Amino acid sequence: MSTEPQQALPDRRTMLRGLGGAFATLLAPGVTLYAFGANDAQAQASPKVRWALLIDLGKCPAGCDLCVTACREENGWQGNGRAETDAQWIRKVRLRDARTGQDREVPVMCQHCDKPACVDVCPTGASFKRPDGIVLVDKHICIGCRFCMMACPYKARSFVHEPVTDQKPWAPRGKGTVEGCTLCVHRLDAGRPPACVETCAAKGGGAMLFGDLNDPGSEIAKAVARHAPAQIRSDLGLEPAVRYRNL
Amino acid sequence: MRRPRTMAPIVASMVIVAAVSGMSAFAGDGTPVPHPPRGKGERCVADTGFMRKNHMKMLLHHRTEAVHLGVRTPQYDLNGCVSCHAVEGSDGKPVSFASDRHFCKSCHSYAAVSIDCFECHASRPEVQGKTAFVAPADREVAAIDRYLRDIRP
Repeated sequence: MSTEPQQALPDRRTMLRGLGGAFATLLAPGVTLYAFGANDAQAQASPKVRWALLIDLGKCPAGCDLCVTACREENGWQGNGRAETDAQWIRKVRLRDARTGQDREVPVMCQHCDKPACVDVCPTGASFKRPDGIVLVDKHICIGCRFCMMACPYKARSFVHEPVTDQKPWAPRGKGTVEGCTLCVHRLDAGRPPACVETCAAKGGGAMLFGDLNDPGSEIAKAVARHAPAQIRSDLGLEPAVRYRNL
Repeated sequence: MRRPRTMAPIVASMVIVAAVSGMSAFAGDGTPVPHPPRGKGERCVADTGFMRKNHMKMLLHHRTEAVHLGVRTPQYDLNGCVSCHAVEGSDGKPVSFASDRHFCKSCHSYAAVSIDCFECHASRPEVQGKTAFVAPADREVAAIDRYLRDIRP
């Protein structure tokens, strides 16, 4: 009787299948395998694009909160009337210079940084940057630790404290996860601008300009080159994608 | 001798309750089987057997591609399933996952598999009757099958 230990060898089929998988990744370096027969062209998040916003505060009157209400309605973060714990994806911050008396309101949301601090600190990889520069939370893997909220110098993210029902089908959100402005990624992927930009242009002062910074012919790229607009806390070197004129 | 007599009405009422509830249907051999409501579309994105076995894997891979890369294929979107399989409640609106009649719940409570999809996702369509269903080509389903086999033997 043999005393040799019985080693569990994979059968022929399993071996071949494994080889097939190895080939698929070896044969096509740099090419992503898609589950649903899609290709790179169908992936809306293109690394060639850098989505950005330019907000002209000269056209953004105090007291107007059209962008905030548009975002709230589009993404369904109405809240429960508890300001301390309710989510807020975009808010208007009042700036007042005591010496000059200069007074203005600035819409502040996720700045979609090129070097996002929230992504650096995320322990699970839930906080991530899409190839086109949009910074998002993958709520499937978010554990709700809120490190990203502490790391973000813009206070752009919120934690969902209470159970949520009847979410918008295009904007899933639930208790125990962190969320923030998505630049209306569901609209972008369908070729439409973010809700705040659309509403500001239609009903407000048209203060928000949205576009692709990597396209030198785009309106936003031209405006950024011409006016050299400011970034909030640019000294931190996070390179936010949201820029402000007349700050 | 007394015991069976006292049990009889209880058993009878249990049978009636079971018959009245949605999970009442029995297979030919008397085994209770779930009967999830049929979808509104002409046919599902893949045949029933394939969907029963693979829908969770399909949703898992679709979610990753949609969230991280922006691959939006409406026919494999959870919203597509939810719209097509929406069940109308007594108020004329589609029922949410809180109801036992919800398409996903009708099977998942039978199988005792709890899902947390609807903690975040909408469990009923925003616009009633609107479905994003587009019948995919058979080769697409074959490609999914191949992919699922490749990534996890």
